[in-house]
Amino acid sequence: MSAITLVEAVNQALAFELDADPSVLVLGEDVGANGGVFRATSGLLQRYGKARVVDTPLAECLIAGMSVGLAAQGMKPVAEFQFMGFMYSAIDQVVNHASRLRYRTRGRLSCPLVLRAPFGAGIHAPEHHSESAEALFAHIPGLRVVVPSSPARAYGLLLAAIRDPDPVIFLEPTRLYRLGKEEVPNNGKALALDSCFVLRDGSDVTLVTWGAAVRETLATAERLSTEGVQAEVIDVATLAPLDMETILDSVEKTGRCVIVHEAAKNCGVGAEIAARLADDGLLRLLAPVRRVTGYDTILPPARLESLFLPQPERICAAVHELLEAA
Amino acid sequence: MSTSANVAPARGGATGRDPSECVARFELRLTRFLGFDGQMLAPLPAFAREPGTLVQAYRDMTLTRQFDQRAVALQRTGRLGTYPSSLGQEATAVGVGAAMARSDVFLGTYRETGTMLVRGVQMRDILLYWSGDTRGMAHAGADAPVEDFPLSVPIASHAPHAVGVAYALKMRHESRAVVCVLGDGATSKGDFYEALNAAGVWQLPLVFVVVNNHWAISVPRSIQSHAQTLAQKAIAAGIDGEQVDGNDVVAVRHVIGEALSSARMGYGPRLVEALTYRLCDHTTADDARRYRLAAEVEKHQGLDPIARLRGYLTTSGVWTNADEERLMTEHRQNIEAAVSGYLAVEPPPPGAMFEHLFERLPRALEAQRDALPGAMSS
Repeated sequence: MSAITLVEAVNQALAFELDADPSVLVLGEDVGANGGVFRATSGLLQRYGKARVVDTPLAECLIAGMSVGLAAQGMKPVAEFQFMGFMYSAIDQVVNHASRLRYRTRGRLSCPLVLRAPFGAGIHAPEHHSESAEALFAHIPGLRVVVPSSPARAYGLLLAAIRDPDPVIFLEPTRLYRLGKEEVPNNGKALALDSCFVLRDGSDVTLVTWGAAVRETLATAERLSTEGVQAEVIDVATLAPLDMETILDSVEKTGRCVIVHEAAKNCGVGAEIAARLADDGLLRLLAPVRRVTGYDTILPPARLESLFLPQPERICAAVHELLEAA
Repeated sequence: MSTSANVAPARGGATGRDPSECVARFELRLTRFLGFDGQMLAPLPAFAREPGTLVQAYRDMTLTRQFDQRAVALQRTGRLGTYPSSLGQEATAVGVGAAMARSDVFLGTYRETGTMLVRGVQMRDILLYWSGDTRGMAHAGADAPVEDFPLSVPIASHAPHAVGVAYALKMRHESRAVVCVLGDGATSKGDFYEALNAAGVWQLPLVFVVVNNHWAISVPRSIQSHAQTLAQKAIAAGIDGEQVDGNDVVAVRHVIGEALSSARMGYGPRLVEALTYRLCDHTTADDARRYRLAAEVEKHQGLDPIARLRGYLTTSGVWTNADEERLMTEHRQNIEAAVSGYLAVEPPPPGAMFEHLFERLPRALEAQRDALPGAMSS
């Protein structure tokens, strides 16, 4: 077994499930011969045929909408959107239909689909190719929003998403697609949805993050440990529904929390986590909750994007501020 | 629709002076069997010559109309929410329902009460739905069409679902087909075009029925499109399109039936534009007098689909005034039984909000549910 990248882990999970379950099919733009613009579906057409690895017309609303129809028929569509910025024209389908088909029919029909999209900045892509709009989806009742941050979690969480009986928005951080490898056994073992992953234990401060920002957050934790500050790092992974228990347990221990995310601050998922900490963890907090996030601006194209992203310096500064406060 | 295409370059040198040549021609047909007074304009198709078939259609159309009237009365007296009547469109709705096989899958909007009744959805459930209770779309009855989609409210957004359903049927090699009904307004939307186009690409067993009732609330057909017909929207998708007189139930059932047979046999999708007219307000929340002239409505009242079929049945000697009276009484009794059943349904318990949101309620939502007054007992 050799080490694989995150995008290869996505491919491995798709292939495993196409093998295991004849109701699974992969669809989207360029997912066939081209293997997807990031090669996440590479080789699948050759192995599973064009009926199950479906190049669609260039129509995002169609891709989401036909996935609803397929899912209602007992199929398990896994649709790829080339970039999250192109999902906006599919939002009507997600909000008005995928998330509520089960509810509208009192369980007569259901919608076990997965909509996958590369997301986030940091790869010097053109405009509209670097969006982090996870909060839009996290706001919608009836949806799961899942974000892997390592090859192993991409594999295990994608398997879980495909097997889940309800719709899942699965957002893959483009910046991590080929950044680092790890061994991921192709054993078909899914990871639990709706649960955070504690990536690093610590007693002084809790760093809550997800997606590509996990990388900078872990780097920050390493740097802090050289100063004698032990940071606990939590990868939220499932942004909706939110596992606050793990976060509250950690804050109980550390008394301090910094939330790190790439998306804009205003009404981001970090705001929800901070509000829940205020609701249920206020008396455990020694200092205010801080958010280190993207700015409330249009995500700048390549030449400024690294400034937009939360860098270790900003995360460190926030932690120092909390340590000085209490 | 027939298509002829000529894409090969002309041979034999420069004989013509016109540098351009015709590469494709299209023709659209309109089908009608019954004239406006119910007279037979063409020999009827085989199904219509079987005794009882058209009487059944008449029963379904009149039931739809009486049910609609009762539903509007319930709304006006505060016992039902907003309701969309289908007055004047009964031939299209019933013709579509009658043309479908039980195993076909139906996706419609909110003005297909007639189709739903023919497909076996209970009147009680339709009322329940319009009272604001999703149990009305659970289709729990023994004969209910369990694969049919719940009626779709956002315009044209169900068209891509129909593509997915039809793709699943084709992929599994099932000889079933899908019907997707939309209005004239829906043909202006992108999701309609995306679905139509994809159905053509994959040659899916899918029949789109555009119910052109001439008005999308207050916006007339002329503002939806400059196209001469809505059926021709099919041409751009490379599929067959045609028109049918949507107030002639024989023609609707025939044209949709042919399209479905063809689709089930693997010959691909079709688009049928049914020409009809909404004689009523858009819904009980609308007042159509604000945007259209009484004279126009009166003209279309003269084209009433129920009067037309009754004219044919009466002339043919298979329908009498006594039959009519008996039928109206029977309808009234069935409708009143459904209304009583509907009014007796208790509101759902508060906890129902959290049911069927997911297959299993995530732990993260349990606290909200449990904090609801009365939720724990549900």
